[in-house]
Amino acid sequence: MAVKKTKHEMPEQKPKDRIKNFNEVPYGYDEKTAIEEAKRCLQCKNRPCVDGCPVEIDIPDFIKQIAEGNIDKAVEVLKSKTSLPAVCGRVCPYENQCEGECTLLKIGEPVAIGRLERFLADYERDKGMKIPKKTRPTGKKVAIVGSGPAGLTCAGDLAKMGHKVTVFEALHAPGGVLMYGIPEFRLPKAIVNAEVDYIKQLGVDVKYDVVVGKTITVEELLEEYDAAFIGTGAGLPRWLGIPGENLDGVYSANEFLTRVNMMKAYQFPEYDTPVKIGKIVATFGAGNVAMDCARTSLRLGAEKSYIIYRRSEKEMPARNEEIHHAEEEGVIFKLLTNPVKFTGDEKGILKEVECLKMELGEPDESGRRRPIPIEGSNFKIKIDTALVAIGQSPNPLIPATVKGLKIGKWGNIETDEEGRTNIPGIFAGGDIATGAATVILAMGAGKKAARAIDQYLK
Amino acid sequence: MYEIIEKQVLSENVKLMKVKAPLMAKKAQAGQFIILRIDEKGERIPLTIADYDRKKGTITIIFMEVGKTTKQLGTMKKGDMILNFAGPLGTPSEVENFGNAVMIGGGVGIAPLYPIVRALKQAGNHVISILGVRNKDLLILEKEIDEFSDKLYIATDDGSKGHKGFVSDVLQKLIDDGEKIDIVWAIGPIIMMKVVANLTKKYDIKTIVSLNPIMVDGTGMCGGCRVSVGGETKFACVDGPEFDGHLVDYDNLMLRNRRFICEEEKACKLAGE
Ligand SMILES: Cc1cc2nc3c(=O)[nH]c(=O)nc-3n(C[C@H](O)[C@H](O)[C@H](O)COP(=O)(O)OP(=O)(O)OC[C@H]3O[C@@H](n4cnc5c(N)ncnc54)[C@H](O)[C@@H]3O)c2cc1C
Ligand code: FES
Repeated sequence: MAVKKTKHEMPEQKPKDRIKNFNEVPYGYDEKTAIEEAKRCLQCKNRPCVDGCPVEIDIPDFIKQIAEGNIDKAVEVLKSKTSLPAVCGRVCPYENQCEGECTLLKIGEPVAIGRLERFLADYERDKGMKIPKKTRPTGKKVAIVGSGPAGLTCAGDLAKMGHKVTVFEALHAPGGVLMYGIPEFRLPKAIVNAEVDYIKQLGVDVKYDVVVGKTITVEELLEEYDAAFIGTGAGLPRWLGIPGENLDGVYSANEFLTRVNMMKAYQFPEYDTPVKIGKIVATFGAGNVAMDCARTSLRLGAEKSYIIYRRSEKEMPARNEEIHHAEEEGVIFKLLTNPVKFTGDEKGILKEVECLKMELGEPDESGRRRPIPIEGSNFKIKIDTALVAIGQSPNPLIPATVKGLKIGKWGNIETDEEGRTNIPGIFAGGDIATGAATVILAMGAGKKAARAIDQYLK
Repeated sequence: MYEIIEKQVLSENVKLMKVKAPLMAKKAQAGQFIILRIDEKGERIPLTIADYDRKKGTITIIFMEVGKTTKQLGTMKKGDMILNFAGPLGTPSEVENFGNAVMIGGGVGIAPLYPIVRALKQAGNHVISILGVRNKDLLILEKEIDEFSDKLYIATDDGSKGHKGFVSDVLQKLIDDGEKIDIVWAIGPIIMMKVVANLTKKYDIKTIVSLNPIMVDGTGMCGGCRVSVGGETKFACVDGPEFDGHLVDYDNLMLRNRRFICEEEKACKLAGE
């Protein structure tokens, strides 16, 4: 029987409905569709998809179990390599990873590995998660700084190895970017909470409101703990550096998304934190963060939501699915366009952005063609709100407060492949080490560091 | 959860609370602040640390009931719990022996001024304090600040106590009388800090102000608290809250602090119903 050339469709909310709510967009596969999709897998001997996965999930194995209808067994295979599958099954850039290596690409679309992962995670959560048996305690204590995907993964793995783990989080909620950055309609917060609960049930203790470097230093933590892992992320917003950026109406993506997601400003005034959005919103940048901003704006009632990006469609760093969803929802893409100035009214409220048209020149150090301004092409767009989503740098607080810690040129903490810093007993991983990257890479780093910490403690 | 272990009403809508937060009390220093969230639906608001007791593990906050959150906080009683309380945040005041220090506090700005007055006195400075309020009933911490000041002046808008007029009048008089001033601290309404800074700039007297922009996380992650200082964008929650008063763009700060004024009114109105 010939293999179906395309993925099985995943049902989702219609664009015109979903821009009026914050509910998750796709509904996910049902069991029957998942089994059908799993049957598309060729079970290649050389397993190219596994090479594409930063945490080396045994992809063909769990797919085989689904295809044979052994869903519980499939969950087990999946969970042996990842503790956050419901998250990865929603936000991983599969097209550049597992699915990007799939043999089926030669004849059509790859196996929908991401959708299958999501199906398994949701199946397990609905059934109630199984907690693995406790290992014998080692008597060693590890402090984890930051509860993003890097910190949580490291914490979960160390707990499974029998170490006593405490996570210190600066904010009042766990999850890092999963909680404050990625919107509800893409990653429901109940799912993040369920994954965090699972990690807590492994014996991990999470302490909130502890800003390490301020409330307590890493050195002080090491007086009580045998090792520390730093996973404080890349939370420092970058600015365009153009006039008018401090006007009323200009937000960093982080401020806007934190207000809406973590503080639930979309439910203001039931929740106390407000967010103000005008009729016309412009988001600057074209990564996942920018798509999240543009799509969130529509849901908050914006009549027009622009993405303004200085390169072309080909260079947009967002996941394909995000761009596709944004287009479906009516986000307007103004590409090869660079802002040069914001202007406001006499009260200092944002009114307009002046832009320049760009063209692409020779490739730059990132390998992407460099955008070059076209002289005299200035034009203005009326806007009420500007969201700056052009990237984040590593959080400077820990690098600035740990004496002697080796810092890279982007302000990142330098580590070896396994997450060891230059100071024995201090490990780091995720965005704080690599600069803003992906959930799965942060998890991979947390995982490797857990192994290195375990070795160090022996 | 953080327990309110003491509550005092300082003036009609200014309240003091001592909150049990041992980790934070251990580290707190003059000039820093905390961020609290009252309950699950609450917003995160910054409040400057008015005092701390490392032995008892408490942080003292003093706040004026101005918005939805401070009004709600004002109704809480001894024994009640605050859901989140993070800190100490921000960079501590630079405390050294400057010589002659003039310490100016306006309204509830007097509260964060107090630990700095104390620290500067203990560092050997000659301390002159000037406290300004609308009328004498609103004056707070007079006794406490007096204890660590070599001289204390009061200014009230209505003349009900001390000088009738502004703190800047008193400062001008000190300067005119030939007082040699090495440093000025000014904490209070933005307009007060602006007026004081404009005055001291003329005489080239170093001036520190403490800014209170709208904040969310307080860890340098959102940039909502950004202020323009000497033409550069700074994050008040990590780079501040204290800055060189001569370099701050006060007008931009006033504008940015009005960002959610309509929403705040709406929330207050709903809460009042
Ligand atoms: C809006 C948005 C959308 C994204 N979309 C995707 C996507 O679709 N797919 C994808 O793969 N990636 C996406 N990313 C990137 C991804 O979220 C990050 O790469 C990943 O979360 C990094 O994980 P981390 O654990 O290193 O750090 P973070 O998730 O940033 O977590 C760091 C945690 O440490 C805490 N912390 C910081 N400083 C301190 C301190 N001093 N003391 C205590 N705690 C501290 C922070 O509060 C935070 O909770 C997105 C990012 C954003 C912002
Ligand atoms: S309050 Fe968010 S960066 Fe200062």
